[in-house]
Amino acid sequence: MAATTIATVRKSSVIPGFGLALGVTLTYLSLIVLIPLALLFWRSASGGPEEFIRISTDPRTIAALRLSFTTSFIAALVNLVFGMILAWILVRYEFPGRRLIDAVIDLPFALPTAVAGIALTTLYAPNGWIGAWLQPFGIRIAYSQTGIIIALIFIGLPFVVRSVQPVLEDLNREVEEVAATLGANRRQTVRRVVMPALMPALLTGFALAFARAVGEYGSVIFIAGNSPYKTEIAPLLIVIKLEEFSYSGATTIAVLMLIASFLVLLAIHLIQSWSRRRYGDV
Amino acid sequence: MVRPISAIASRIRPALAALAVGVAMVVTPALADVSLLNVSYDPTRELYKAYNAAFAAHWKAEGGETVTVQQSHGGSGKQARSVIDGLDADVVTLALQADIDAIAKESGKINPDWRGRLAHNSSPYTSTIVFLVRKGNPKAINDWGDLIKDGVEVITPNPKTSGGARWNYLAAWAYANKAFGNDPAKTKEFVSELFKHVPVLDTGARGSTTTFAQRGIGDVLLAWENEAFLALEELGPDKFDIIVPPLSILAEPPVALVDANVDAKGTRKVAQAYLDYLYSAEGQTIAAKNYYRPSEPTLVDAALLTRFPKIDLVTIDDPQFGGWAKAQPEHFGDGGIFDQIYKPN
Amino acid sequence: MSDGAFTTARLHGASGIHFRPVTMERKRVRLALILISLAFLALFLVMPVLAVFVEAFRGGWPAFAEAIFEPDAAAAIRLTLLVAAISVPCNLVFGVAASWAIAKFDFRGKALLNTLIDLPFSVSPVIAGLIYVLMFGSQSLLGPWLKSEGIQVIFAVPGIVLATIFVTFPFVARELIPLMEEQGRGDEEAALSLGASGFQVFFRVTLPNVKWALLYGVLLCNARAMGEFGAVSVVSGHIRGLTNTMPLHVEILYNEYQFAAAFAVASLLAVLALFTLVVKSVLEWRYADEIAATRRH
Repeated sequence: MAATTIATVRKSSVIPGFGLALGVTLTYLSLIVLIPLALLFWRSASGGPEEFIRISTDPRTIAALRLSFTTSFIAALVNLVFGMILAWILVRYEFPGRRLIDAVIDLPFALPTAVAGIALTTLYAPNGWIGAWLQPFGIRIAYSQTGIIIALIFIGLPFVVRSVQPVLEDLNREVEEVAATLGANRRQTVRRVVMPALMPALLTGFALAFARAVGEYGSVIFIAGNSPYKTEIAPLLIVIKLEEFSYSGATTIAVLMLIASFLVLLAIHLIQSWSRRRYGDV
Repeated sequence: MVRPISAIASRIRPALAALAVGVAMVVTPALADVSLLNVSYDPTRELYKAYNAAFAAHWKAEGGETVTVQQSHGGSGKQARSVIDGLDADVVTLALQADIDAIAKESGKINPDWRGRLAHNSSPYTSTIVFLVRKGNPKAINDWGDLIKDGVEVITPNPKTSGGARWNYLAAWAYANKAFGNDPAKTKEFVSELFKHVPVLDTGARGSTTTFAQRGIGDVLLAWENEAFLALEELGPDKFDIIVPPLSILAEPPVALVDANVDAKGTRKVAQAYLDYLYSAEGQTIAAKNYYRPSEPTLVDAALLTRFPKIDLVTIDDPQFGGWAKAQPEHFGDGGIFDQIYKPN
Repeated sequence: MSDGAFTTARLHGASGIHFRPVTMERKRVRLALILISLAFLALFLVMPVLAVFVEAFRGGWPAFAEAIFEPDAAAAIRLTLLVAAISVPCNLVFGVAASWAIAKFDFRGKALLNTLIDLPFSVSPVIAGLIYVLMFGSQSLLGPWLKSEGIQVIFAVPGIVLATIFVTFPFVARELIPLMEEQGRGDEEAALSLGASGFQVFFRVTLPNVKWALLYGVLLCNARAMGEFGAVSVVSGHIRGLTNTMPLHVEILYNEYQFAAAFAVASLLAVLALFTLVVKSVLEWRYADEIAATRRH
């Protein structure tokens, strides 16, 4: 979409700087993100449609994509539940160590993913700190799909907490009081009053955690078994295609992943603007 | 709550100063007269660390410039791709002929006849594939056939991403081919059975060694002979034993000059000397000390050679493989035999 | 005790009567939620980080210091600082511009633009590296021309910077956009009506309003920039002492069976992350009132 069309459709505003701000935004976005990604699409198409279809319908590609999307979905769900609880206790409760916990939430953003992968494997391998306890019960976490999910929970943890926290802080408690005086018990208040207000933020957090998890590579390859059809994630398959000098294979899988992620993100943004229109700004 | 920017500025000034220091710290490394980039695969780190120092001293003694050799290590295929995409390597020292062929073919930066330019198919040292087992060999693994016994877990990297793993695969293939009297169907069955015993497919040889040694996974690690010796040395001789199977493969890791790059940089002479010196007595001795089998064993002290047991070695040019040009696509290409054995029926 | 909403007063032994506000859960529930959270964090967050430090100091202080001051490690640390020093300011400028455009104006395609800004979050780091190889590699259209001009992009610092910018692209904008949207345009419009120029409005009204979010975004962006592995690994070329960043150096050490040294360098990155978070917490604590004021604007 060209800047001029956007500029002509914007509503009038007295605030200056629209042209400059949007110009900088679009230029930078195009140079860093859009043009390189467009090149990716172009390269994936260069093998012709048959090649594209052959690679995207290959059972191994499908297995890898399915694995990446299901493990990411489960990890994002876990993060949704625990992220919600974490945000809740951080905003609403006072307890010793609250500030510390608030600070460490962002660690997964900052810790290099490869380090996270190595550290998690150290913990969950059959002879690791935690893995050794589970080994006698026949539970194997590292080198299985569970291991992948654990790594993805780690890297997606901050997204839900950080999306929900500010909204929860701004939430007007008087509304909850009103609900209570009208006879709602605490559970009803939380379910009927608080949750709808948090829904957009929860969705954002979920979507970001999910999208980030789908693409994750560094931490997962250490803890997954990397067996084809079983524990081989889609980004690893891209790397494998590259090692075969098959750029069309690598770019095709990359494009499939991109389209899927983009659709998820777009859907979430649309749901958000819909709920904002419906419930007003909360 | 309006606060002038100057107030903020004064508060972030220390941060800016710190940033400036950070930038200033980034000075270019001391410039040498000439510097070479050797793009290599994973297990050669220790070898080239020793060899680079020896070569620099030799070149200086011969009246040459001060040479700094920079190293880049990674999976063989990944390194080849980097060179194709523009990594400025003067020489490549990779795990497989197929990877150097790929550079020659995809980018034209290496002369296609590179393999004939240096002795011994351009491989100054060779290696083979052996088994690393837990101390005392509790599962009694002595030959390739033992790998598919019930309850045996085998650790090998993924042949798609690791050069060493391709040699593992080919060695197993060579064993089965002999055991089943040249029957391709049964050979393929053996190799697929073998990979059913692999719980973790790491992307590189070093990753597999770590999985086996540090994580305690698996009963046997299929490894380069030099890697097995090094693992024993670094990770504990009291924990593992090396088992040499009666038959294995002759792994020839080749070296080559990247013609287009050395010509552009004007480093052809010193780069050529760098590769040539690998064949000298000193180069061969360093290779042997790092557990690579020297291609010119007569140049090396016989005492150093006792560590390499004599075994029956099949080469890649054997009719069952027909050279890398044929074996690479047939076994490891997209949809090749390796892909087929993982297909769920 | 009836389950009614009005049962908020409870007797607590000798300590007298305590009131539980209606907007607060029962003590049991609170305790349970806190314990669940702590257990979850301990398992998924604290333990891995703890593991890094325990492994790092397995060889004691001398080994730790040696791992960090060794020339290749020092070069990796310098490169990492350089890359962050370039990529973070770039994303800062972009983040401010993007949030200004999105928060202060209405235009068609805003939802799409918002989504596009988030897109790099969801692009696999492997792909992020790959796209720059496709763009600047020897096989690309641009690569050979740049090379003939003597400019090396991938397998050199510019490529590493580009990949890092891509991966940390949304961080500043993500922090600013929701806050600025929430704050609305009233302050700016008032300042303008009082005769302030556009730049005065930005530096004296908008910026002070969002400075905490901005700082936080920059800190996160910086931490992630220093820690990026996947994307940088594709474009780096892994030349020791030259194009290895700290995360790549960790991988190298790990692959050389120098586990303690690998974790030592990794722990530096963890310390950096922790330091970032401490700075943020201290600022929040010290300027709590100020932050609260801007939040409720």
